[in-house]
Order: sequence, then structure tokens, then C-alpha cells
Amino acid sequence: MRTADVLRFARDAAAGYPLRTSLSVLAMAIGVAAVVVLTSLGDGARRYVVEQFSSLGSNLVIVLPGRSATGGFSPANAMTSTPRDLTVDDAFALTRLPSVRRVAPLTAGNSEINANGRLREVVVAGTASTYLDIRSFKMAQGHFLPEADWSRGAPVAVIGAKIQEEIFAGRPAVGELIRLGDRRLRIVGVLKATGQGVGGLNTDEIVFVPVGVAQSLFNTNSLFRVLIEARSRGEIEAVKREVTAMLKARHGEEDITVITQDAVLATFDKLLRALTAAVAGIAAISLAVAGILVMNVMLVAVTQRTAEIGLLKALGARGATIRDAFLAEAAMISLVGALTGYGLGLFGAFVLRQMYPVFPAYPPDWAVVAALVTALGTGLLFGIMPARRAARLDPVQALMKH
Amino acid sequence: MSVIQLAGIERVFHLGDSTVHALTHLDVGIEAGEYVAIMGPSGSGKSTLLNLLGLLDRPDAGSYHLEGRDVTTLSPDEQAAVRSRRIGFVFQSFHLVPRLTAAENIALPMMLAGIPAAERAQRVMQALKDFGLDQRADHRPDQLSGGQRQRVAIARATIMQPAVLLADEPTGNLDRATGDEVIHLLEVLNQRGMTLIIVTHDPKIGTRARRQLMMEDGELRHDSAAAPLRSADDNPPSPLSGKGGDGVSPAAPAPDTPSAAT
Ligand SMILES: Nc1ncnc2c1ncn2[C@@H]1O[C@H](COP(=O)(O)OP(=O)(O)OP(=O)(O)O)[C@@H](O)[C@H]1O
Ligand SMILES: [Mg+2]
Repeated sequence: MRTADVLRFARDAAAGYPLRTSLSVLAMAIGVAAVVVLTSLGDGARRYVVEQFSSLGSNLVIVLPGRSATGGFSPANAMTSTPRDLTVDDAFALTRLPSVRRVAPLTAGNSEINANGRLREVVVAGTASTYLDIRSFKMAQGHFLPEADWSRGAPVAVIGAKIQEEIFAGRPAVGELIRLGDRRLRIVGVLKATGQGVGGLNTDEIVFVPVGVAQSLFNTNSLFRVLIEARSRGEIEAVKREVTAMLKARHGEEDITVITQDAVLATFDKLLRALTAAVAGIAAISLAVAGILVMNVMLVAVTQRTAEIGLLKALGARGATIRDAFLAEAAMISLVGALTGYGLGLFGAFVLRQMYPVFPAYPPDWAVVAALVTALGTGLLFGIMPARRAARLDPVQALMKH
Repeated sequence: MSVIQLAGIERVFHLGDSTVHALTHLDVGIEAGEYVAIMGPSGSGKSTLLNLLGLLDRPDAGSYHLEGRDVTTLSPDEQAAVRSRRIGFVFQSFHLVPRLTAAENIALPMMLAGIPAAERAQRVMQALKDFGLDQRADHRPDQLSGGQRQRVAIARATIMQPAVLLADEPTGNLDRATGDEVIHLLEVLNQRGMTLIIVTHDPKIGTRARRQLMMEDGELRHDSAAAPLRSADDNPPSPLSGKGGDGVSPAAPAPDTPSAAT
């Protein structure tokens, strides 16, 4: 029997029992759709986090006070023992390192902004002119903090897009005076909206001031972070080494933690990939269940079509031909189910993206391939037993059945 | 030349402790083109014999030569090939595939044999015409009368131009008139040279055959021809008249049947 005929025969046989066929197609479809949607969720979470971190800027190295035992990133590391403070002088010293392109000190705290007759709580970040380039931010109006001696600091501020929106109702804000705590500052620039932020801190809602202003505002000498941009991606490790050595020399001991965006990203990436694989595995169980259902359906088909199998043998069909026909039928059910499920899954991911636009819920390629292959594989695997049973039927006995 | 030669055939069924000798000491030869009726009481082994002749079953002892070739020793796949090319079956309950149309049912043996679709279509069209089914090509079995169904079944059994046509009570599910029509059809096929073996309970049909084999308890009790006949030109049955009510074409089976049958 020709392959095309085997396929057509199997297709007609499957179509001849629409309810039974559509139920097993549905089971297979649900299994595949589950894999696609769940991995979309998992991988969406991973992409979301990766994107958020990538928005920190490229070639970024972050220095924070406190010694981390492992060198890896963990929120707990930021609060170990009582290390020596990171100071503006430390940060300034780092600008002389060969692999370092730019350095931006960062100190942060909460304060009240009072301007244009309105009052609101804001996060104040004290930094320097270099911050803009390190974070790859863009200005909407005016310019960023001016280049100046870090320890002095002019009475100027740069505000995020959301603050401009809320306090100045979108009007140009450059030149306006604001009151920040007990300081009067003049706005010199407004940042372009990024919509991004890490840890619930949206950069559109921050007021940037010179680091000296922030330190006197919060009455502190220490820095929250030092952001460093390496000269190139390849020099990130060198920066790490040099920074560690220099601060060790300055502090007398190694009491800082240097993290790179790569390390943070890699940790989250690994974590979320594992999570995605786990949910994919769970969803794959439903594929195995669907495979068993296909086997049941094919066993019923063999029983129901016993007389037909006897007839085919009487008409000269070889056992292999009958086996192939039933196997093809199982494969078709699985294939149609898998493709339907793939479509359903894509639609589900689409709905997710519509509901949560910031969340890039796309199924990873490997999950799609794995789901389709598993669906077909289980369908075929579980189709073998019924098909062989059909092929082995005794024609005389089979013909007596009705 | 004997198209069928059975020697010392035994077929024993074991049912728990008891054994049933469905066929014993069977020696029969059937010449090409013969018209044979197998008769006998129920349980005498007629169907068992027919299944054996059709290679659906294997004897426990003895030899079976089909067209001079020992077919009992063939592998299952080789036997399937013989069934495909040299043997046609007609069953009491038609055994049409319910989801396939008349045309598709007729094409089934050719499809199984791997004949290209274009050739299949052409041969099916010819067969539909020969068997008066041209109006029924796209009907499924449940849309056909009993007689039409059996004609589809006969068209299917002969589409591969087999040497031997085996019919197990082909009129058993039909009324008298329709049954006669079917018998006519089979007889015309036999006239064209196809060896025809019919199992029947109906003595009227049995006596129409040139040769009767009477079975009893698995044994051949009586053979109307002590010596096998050269059948074809002795006493040909009258040609099919075509007066049957539902459009049986007078120009019956495939014109190229004889060449393939002998
Ligand atoms: N598969 C089987 N297992 C056990 N016994 C069987 C089997 N097939 C046939 N027999 C027995 O073999 C004997 C012959 O059966 P067979 O079907 O050939 O009879 P038959 O002449 O065709 O009868 P009928 O006219 O009723 O169709 C019977 O006794 C039957 O019970
Ligand atoms: Mg019988």
C-alpha cells in the first residue's frame, strides 16, 4: 500500500468516528497548550527580569558596602556586619583606575518635594553628571546634573518624567524652583520616561540631585552604591579586580562587595529557566495522559473495527500494512492535537500579553519543539500497541465479528 | 491444470478438552474455470474449507497447491500477496467498509496492492459500469440495498482479476430474486473463466453448479464429479439476462477477466 493511501485511509478512519477522534485530539491539544502557556509565563517572567536588569546600563559594575561571603548576589549580603562606609572620596579614587571609564556615586533616601503648590513623597538620589551615561538615560528637557566637584554640589535638581507630570502637570519644568526638605533647588532637566525600575523603584519617580546636596540633606557621609562603567565588556572582570584591590588598600580590609550585572542576570536567568523547565515538566505530564488516552482510543478502534481488519486481510493486506494504518491514525490524532494545542497555547500567550503588556509572555522555542515532539512521540508510542494488536488479529476470527 | 489441489488436509480445533475435526482426510482437486458448490449440514466444515482455500487459515496437516504452487508453506506476507492477486472473497454479510463509498470499497484491494490512484479510478469506473452501479459510486453501504451491496462486494472481489472466487453463502442475506441475480452475476464471471466456489445451503443454487461437493462432519461425502471436468464448454449456463429491477447492466463483468483467470 502506498504511503499516501495509508495516510488517506487513516485520515478517513479517524474522521469516521468524529466524537472519539475529537476527544483525543482535544486531550492532546490541552496538553500542548498547557506546555505552551505555562512556559510562556515562566519565560515571560525571565525576560521581564532580564530586561529590567539590562536597563541598568551596559558594562555596569556595582560596588556596595559590606562583604559578601560568596561573591554572588543576595539581598542579605548588603546587610552583613558593620563595614566601613563607602565615601565620595572612595568613589573618586576609583575614577583613576585604568579599566574604568566612568564612576557615579549614589546615595539615596526619601524626602518631600514641594513645588508648584503641591507636595509629595519622592525618592531622592544623590549622584553625579556621569550617572546619565552609565545608565544610558535620555533627557526630555534641559540637561542632567552639571559636571562639578562631587563634594560641593550646586543647588540644582533633575526630575523624572512622572514627577513632572504630577507636579507640573506636564508643563516645561526647567527653571522652576522646588523645595526638597529644607533645600531650595532649581530644576535643570527632566528625564525621558523609561517605564523601568528595579525593586519597585521606578526611575520616572526619582529626583536626582548632586551627591553633595543629598549627603547634607540626609546628613550622611556614606554612599549607598558606586556605579562603575567598565571601558568594555571584556574589562568588567579587570574592573572588579582593580576596584576590590583599591578599596581593600584604602579600607585596610575587603569590606565591600562588587557585583556585575552579568552575575545578577545569570543568577536570575538560571533560576527562572529552571522554573520554566519545571512548569514545562509538569505540563508534560498532561501530554503523557493524552498519550494514554490516544492508546485507549486506538484500542477501542481496533475492537470496533475488528471485522474491517479481517476484511482487509482477506483482501490481501499484509500485517505491516494494517499496523501502519493504525499507527498513522494515532499519529494523525496526535499531530492534529499538537497543532491545535500549539495554536491554543499561542492564543493563550497572546491573551496574557494583552492583559499584562509589560510581561513578554512568549513561549520559548525549546518548549514548543519539546511539546510538539512529545505529543507526537507519546501518540506514536502509545499507538504501537493497538496497531500491533490489529496487525496480529486472526482473519477468520476477525471476519466473524460484526 | 488443477487450479486447486488439496491432499490429506486435516483441520482440528481444540476447545478446552474436546477436539473438533473440522476437516479430515480431505483430497480434492479443482480445475481452472470450474463451478463448484460446497454443500452440507451446518457445522460440516464448509466455511473452514473455504477459509483454507482462501489462505485465511492454515491446515494442521496435508498440502494445498494453488496454481501448482504449495501455498501452505508460504510466509504470512507471501500468503497475503496470493490473497491479493489470486483470490477473491464474497461474504454472506457483504463486509463492506461502512465509511467508504461504493467506489472506494471496490478500489480497496487495488489500494492495498499499491496500484496507482489513476489506474484505480479507471478500473473502478469500468467495474461500476459492468456491475450496474454507475449511479451508486458515491453512495455509502448504508445507502445501498442488499443486492447492491453484494454487487459492490463482488466487484471488489473481482477487481484484481483473481483466479479463484470464493463465496460463502453469498445469497444468505438476500431475498430469493436478489439472490438469483447475484448468482447470475457470479455465473457470468465463471463463464468468463474465473474458478467459482460457492458454499450454500440452498439446494436450488447448489444444483446450478456443475459440480457439487457434499460435506459431512468434516469429510467429503460425495463429489458429483468422480473425475474432474473440463467445465467451460460442456454446458454453459444461459447468459445474464439483465431483467433484474434495479439496473444490472447486461454487459456484465470486466472484459479482460478471462485472460487473467486462466
Ligand atoms: N475457530 C474455531 N474454533 C473452534 N471450533 C471451530 C472454529 N471454527 C469452526 N469450528 C468448528 O468446526 C466445525 C466446522 O465449522 P464450519 O464453520 O466450517 O461449519 P459450516 O459448515 O460452515 O457451518 P454453517 O453451515 O453453519 O456455516 C464446527 O463444528 C465448528 O464448531
Ligand atoms: Mg459456514
